[in-house]
Amino acid sequence: MYEPSSAIKGKQAVFEAHPENAAVKALADLATDAKFDRNELTITVARESIVGACEAVKQAGYNFFEDATAVDWYPSEPRFQITYHILSMSRKERVRLIVRLDSDSASLDSITPVWRAANFYEREIFDLFGVHFGGHPNLRRIMMPEDWKGHPLRKDYPVEGYR
Amino acid sequence: MASTVEELTGPSAIDPGVEDVVSNSAHNRGNPPSQDQTMVINMGPQHPSTHGVLRLVIEVDGETIVGLAPDIGYLHTGIEKTCEAKFYQQVVPLTDRIDYLCPMTNNLAYCLAVEKLLGLEIPERAQYLRVLFNELTRIQSHLVWLGTHAMDIGALTVFLYCFREREQLLRIFEAVSGQRMMTSYVRVGGLSLEPPRDLYAKIREFLKDFPSKIEEYEGLLQGNPIWMNRLKGVGYLSPEDAIALGVTGPPLRASGVDFDVRRDMPYSGYEKFQFNVPVSNVGDVWARYIVRMQEFRESIKICLQALDGLPEGSIVADAPKIILPNREQMKTQMESLIHHFKIVTEGFGVPAGEATSSVEAPHGMMNYYVVSDGTAKPYRVHMRNPGFATLQALETMCKGRLLADVVAVIGSIDIVLGEIDR
Repeated sequence: MYEPSSAIKGKQAVFEAHPENAAVKALADLATDAKFDRNELTITVARESIVGACEAVKQAGYNFFEDATAVDWYPSEPRFQITYHILSMSRKERVRLIVRLDSDSASLDSITPVWRAANFYEREIFDLFGVHFGGHPNLRRIMMPEDWKGHPLRKDYPVEGYR
Repeated sequence: MASTVEELTGPSAIDPGVEDVVSNSAHNRGNPPSQDQTMVINMGPQHPSTHGVLRLVIEVDGETIVGLAPDIGYLHTGIEKTCEAKFYQQVVPLTDRIDYLCPMTNNLAYCLAVEKLLGLEIPERAQYLRVLFNELTRIQSHLVWLGTHAMDIGALTVFLYCFREREQLLRIFEAVSGQRMMTSYVRVGGLSLEPPRDLYAKIREFLKDFPSKIEEYEGLLQGNPIWMNRLKGVGYLSPEDAIALGVTGPPLRASGVDFDVRRDMPYSGYEKFQFNVPVSNVGDVWARYIVRMQEFRESIKICLQALDGLPEGSIVADAPKIILPNREQMKTQMESLIHHFKIVTEGFGVPAGEATSSVEAPHGMMNYYVVSDGTAKPYRVHMRNPGFATLQALETMCKGRLLADVVAVIGSIDIVLGEIDR
């Protein structure tokens, strides 16, 4: 069974435990927090530095963008957690990048200049969570009808809908 | 740089029409269309060759495609939202319905993520059976792909032959799980049922006959000049574009990128199996056809190894607070009755945290990202489905080709709209 004590938490602790990890090396300056839990590396970066962080891990060999999604921690703040999964096909490793956003400033830069594959995923987050991506080439709803009100995956949106 | 909400909520960001879709596809190309020469064609959502309800807005110059924008969401059922309202074990039947051609792969991907959160050890027998049924699912899914792909191009006979073999597989799934398609066979902690003893002989019989059936399909298609002309050189995708656009699975390997989750990041005991990963450097529709035909043969090899090496033992992990007891124990032992009652009425708590599982589905890499807040219901479930990302590459593959090639390209990327729209 899972032992909560096995998780390594905090930037300092993770960076000391895994100094050889390519993502750890690449994000030494940009990371604000880190976690190594269940054999998965999670690195938190600031909202302003997400494009820089993606470029840094891409340089370090994490060549494949897997997905981006969000988690709504309503009613606590910072409310939105944007999660990116980046894979290195040569190292066979994955790194999870996280950006936390307050509900009154739910916007960040698009990473489509780094990975074109992020296009649909960012549209999906915009559609279902209402988080805005600056510099996205085509930020429109993707799943819901264009005239839909609200963002269904937010926690304050009822499961049965409003109707 | 960092944009504010106000900057982004202009009318153009929320109120588009067909014109916006097209002008956007022109924007992606970087050069505006010359207004008096191109025509916009709407393909779908009700179109038999789009394999569901996919709408494509295609801009053509004569018959040559100069822009293409997929419009999805017609099958959106909010599965991710529904998951948040269910117990962990109740999510399994929902996952069947995401990619309805490979329900067992979806079950497995979800269960692997939850098992990672729980830290469960899965017995070897269950792992082997998971591999066995996943590979049978891959064969089944590829059969649907081959049949519909050939039918789209005009070879109607192959469809009937493929569904003849698929029927045998669906009967095997029915024998093992009670359901032909929505199996829900893989459960958190193991499998739902022990397969009937005589089933292994039936699977072996199927696997023994199947290579001759593959030759039968190839006899109908491979040397056929119409088939070759429709496939060869069509829908080229370079390896750089494939990686940049998030393409996975057979289309990625047909573009020359040698990556297979089963071999490179093994899960559920795949490291114990010997198999080749078919790769082609050609990158066109034909290469994707060849790669999938080879995958049929590799899947047979894996299935046979799983049958030969199938260990004895339990099919569920030793975790009575998470896995339902069997009927016999529940009726005779007080402890088991209590566990049964608690699991059914309250679910089971999962330690807080987040986990990602990654499996090689028939259509590509399928990831499940599950976030737990410590309660009996998942806080967030996100699926990374291969078709969603592969669809982004459709424009790159179709641009500069004829309108009729769109059908061949859609068939070759093997999309299932259920997994794209979720």
